[in-house]
Amino acid sequence: MRASYVIRKLIGAVSTLAFVAVFNFFLFRVVNRNPVDSMFRGRNLTREQLDELTRKFNLDGSKWDQFVAYVRQLLRGDLGLSFRGNRPVVDVIAEALWPTVLLVGTSTLLAMIGITIGYRAGWKRGSRGDTVSTSLSMLTYSMPEFFIGMVMLGIFAASLGWFPVGGLEDPGSTATGLEQLLDQFHHMVLPALVLAIAYVGEYMIVARSAMIETLREDYLQLARAKGMRDDEVRRKHAVPNARLPVVSLSAINFGFVFSGAIAVESIFSWPGLGQATYLAVRGPDLPVLQGLFLLMSATVILANLIADLLYGVLDPRVMGR
Amino acid sequence: MSVLELRDLRVTYRTEGGPVPAVRGVNLTIESGDTVGLAGESGCGKSTIAAAVLRLLPKGTQVEGTVLLNGEDVYAMKPGRLRAVRWTGAAIVFQGALHSLNPVRRVGDQIEEAIRLHRTVTGAAVGARVAELLERVGLQGAHAERYPHQMSGGQRQRVLIALALACEPTLLIADEPTTALDVMVQAQVLALLEELQRERGLSLLFITHDLSVLTSTCRRLAVMYAGRIVEEGPSVDVFARPDHPYSAALAAAFPTIGDSASRMNPQGLAGDPPDPSALPGGCPFHPRCARAVDECATNDVALRVSGPGRRAACVHVKEAADG
Amino acid sequence: MTAAIAWARRRASAAASWRRMRRDRLAMVALGVLLACVVMALIAPLVSDRADFNAINTGDNPTHASPTGQFVLGTDGLGRSMALQVMWGARVSLLVGFAATVLMIGIGTLIGLAAGFFGGWTDAVLMRITDWFMVIPFLPLAIVLAAVLERGLGTIVLVIGITSWPSTARLVRSQVLSVRERLYVDRARALGAGRLHLIGRHILPNVTPLILANTTLAVPIAILTETTLSFLGLGDPSEVSWGGLLERAGSSAVKEGYWWEYLPPGLGIVAVVLAFTIVGRALEEVLDPRLRER
Repeated sequence: MRASYVIRKLIGAVSTLAFVAVFNFFLFRVVNRNPVDSMFRGRNLTREQLDELTRKFNLDGSKWDQFVAYVRQLLRGDLGLSFRGNRPVVDVIAEALWPTVLLVGTSTLLAMIGITIGYRAGWKRGSRGDTVSTSLSMLTYSMPEFFIGMVMLGIFAASLGWFPVGGLEDPGSTATGLEQLLDQFHHMVLPALVLAIAYVGEYMIVARSAMIETLREDYLQLARAKGMRDDEVRRKHAVPNARLPVVSLSAINFGFVFSGAIAVESIFSWPGLGQATYLAVRGPDLPVLQGLFLLMSATVILANLIADLLYGVLDPRVMGR
Repeated sequence: MSVLELRDLRVTYRTEGGPVPAVRGVNLTIESGDTVGLAGESGCGKSTIAAAVLRLLPKGTQVEGTVLLNGEDVYAMKPGRLRAVRWTGAAIVFQGALHSLNPVRRVGDQIEEAIRLHRTVTGAAVGARVAELLERVGLQGAHAERYPHQMSGGQRQRVLIALALACEPTLLIADEPTTALDVMVQAQVLALLEELQRERGLSLLFITHDLSVLTSTCRRLAVMYAGRIVEEGPSVDVFARPDHPYSAALAAAFPTIGDSASRMNPQGLAGDPPDPSALPGGCPFHPRCARAVDECATNDVALRVSGPGRRAACVHVKEAADG
Repeated sequence: MTAAIAWARRRASAAASWRRMRRDRLAMVALGVLLACVVMALIAPLVSDRADFNAINTGDNPTHASPTGQFVLGTDGLGRSMALQVMWGARVSLLVGFAATVLMIGIGTLIGLAAGFFGGWTDAVLMRITDWFMVIPFLPLAIVLAAVLERGLGTIVLVIGITSWPSTARLVRSQVLSVRERLYVDRARALGAGRLHLIGRHILPNVTPLILANTTLAVPIAILTETTLSFLGLGDPSEVSWGGLLERAGSSAVKEGYWWEYLPPGLGIVAVVLAFTIVGRALEEVLDPRLRER
């Protein structure tokens, strides 16, 4: 790997992360001058109580002092206290992390089937298979993921009763081990399918247009002239090139799936980061919302960095010798 | 038996704007071990012929006439047979080596792939064969590990030649193999091709727009204009004393190195090549022809014998006995 | 004089584009769907009054009534007519969609023009910022923005505008760069034309067709974002959009089987977004010669 490329991408990621952190501060302490006031508006608190809360949430002192304190806190991995129940934001998030990793991971893997479909559709552009899969992709692209969720919930859970209507596991369940895992899997099927359906089209369209970009390349003609079969030309010569833009766009897509989880988790009462976001919006619980925003941004920035590095590995022209 | 025989080959591309005839009745025969040059401006149909020989034209393209490769009709072959004939019956040295090699795969891999596909050699011998091929074209065995972007234009063109030789084809088609290269490298690549041709007794179809290149490389020469052959004959004769005004203009367009007269007085060709979808009536060359007469606008002359082993399609050519 | 000729030429090319698009039957159907939705949104105040939704006036209506004679699309939990709400919802969804699109195309065009035209440091800084906004996941960003600002339609428009401009900026910038390369801008500059003149007379007219296609493709994104924000409870509580109707229905309507409370607004969103996407792609194909070849 060429060090300069890696370093450049690392600096890019860190600068984006720094931008997000500063933006976050700006948003919650400058745009919204005193969050505590708006937070507890209409709750009949005395001035003293409000001042007390202001100190507790680190909102006293000059903006600069606040900023320094905020950065110090951030570097320690401390995201402050939730407005509700006096719990550290980190705990609230940590609790919700695993269900989301499970859900987003599963549905991303499922949605990535779209890449293979897209390559094939682009390869046989204008064919019946291409028309059908492109039309379906446009249809799912046009549906808000939570609307897909509502329809699927209505059909497969409420009417047919094949799947539970929500939650991580059956309420009051004492199952452990494999049984517990199966129960959780049963609960995850619908939300994971919903997210996969909502985003499989994005992957498909990205892969399709990347494939179409490579269709005219001379090396495909050479490969055919060598006597390779059509599908071998696709697999061995077209796909390795079409893969490059797909890698970069997959990272952006991952951000979409992550975002889509917010509304879908709230529909299926899936106790992950998405539902935590939903509840924090409803609260509103600004410290939790801030922490979630930082975490989600950091995850997507990391995904982009990984995609950039992978790109370097896949395209010898980037890394060279 | 002829290595390649084209009988009244006609190729028509299907486009949004309607059918575009690119090749309009070409007859061409290449005997075993012979070298034939095919010359003409871009768009005259010469590269279409290269693609037509291996059935590489885009889907929906209409091909009429017959293409016989080693006596076998290419357009009557079943898919499996066609794939077996590709690269072993005829191989192509493509133009523009930067785009013809896959940028994300090592060049050795790309050569090896052809060898394995046709089982020219098998097992551990494949690696040795790749190295041998690379060395034969003036590179080193270690170059197999390189990616195309890590090589110079000349080196890449040599890789393409090694690739074309990988399965020992009976016919080698070189499609503008020197176009993108600078003059010195051009000369080296040409010398290599000539050497390989002599050494292996290859049959060669050499396609270019540069007539002067063909005189040393090829024994016979065919000049194409607007999808047809307008003149053919021994290359030295055609180049020195062209019978068709178009061949004359093409020959004059490239000054002979060392000939100061031609360098001081380059005679370009006026106008642009015609649009294949809207060819002028009569002789398609007449709007650009310095020697055009009234008859040329209406009379499209067929090839006629113009000398010993020579034919040309021009009203000024007086029918002579073929000797 | 030359301006008149230029306008005539542009009109002629617009007419030619329209003719080419007329041949695309699917795009014409989509355009019909869009027109129908716009008409529906426009006549909403003519067939009903907003007061129809006040609890005082709906007290006598049946609640959660399924679609039968009196109410074409049934009623919700407060006895409000779903049909009328869907019509009013179309107003809000389309209005926010259009307004947010104008804002985001405006921001994107300005930044893209500035970056592409001035180049150098301006370009480097603007593109760095654009990259930042490209990478930050835009829904979470929109959520935190909407959460700290006052609730209201204006906020929603602002939030969508601020979060979705980067792709337009990139597109406009690359267009400006390629237009700038062309000879006649150099000629105009050699003749001493000012920067504003260059942008207004030479660059903007050339990038407008692509901006137009981009706009058509941006509206569905804006509508989808508005829907999601409303669904999460960040919308204007007094102006209910299709997304807001879905929020009200929530998963409880789904579990109870009140399909008329969530299917109509949801299908409305799907129809409008799909129609805009189809029209946008057709427009892009007609206006972008590079795509036409494919």
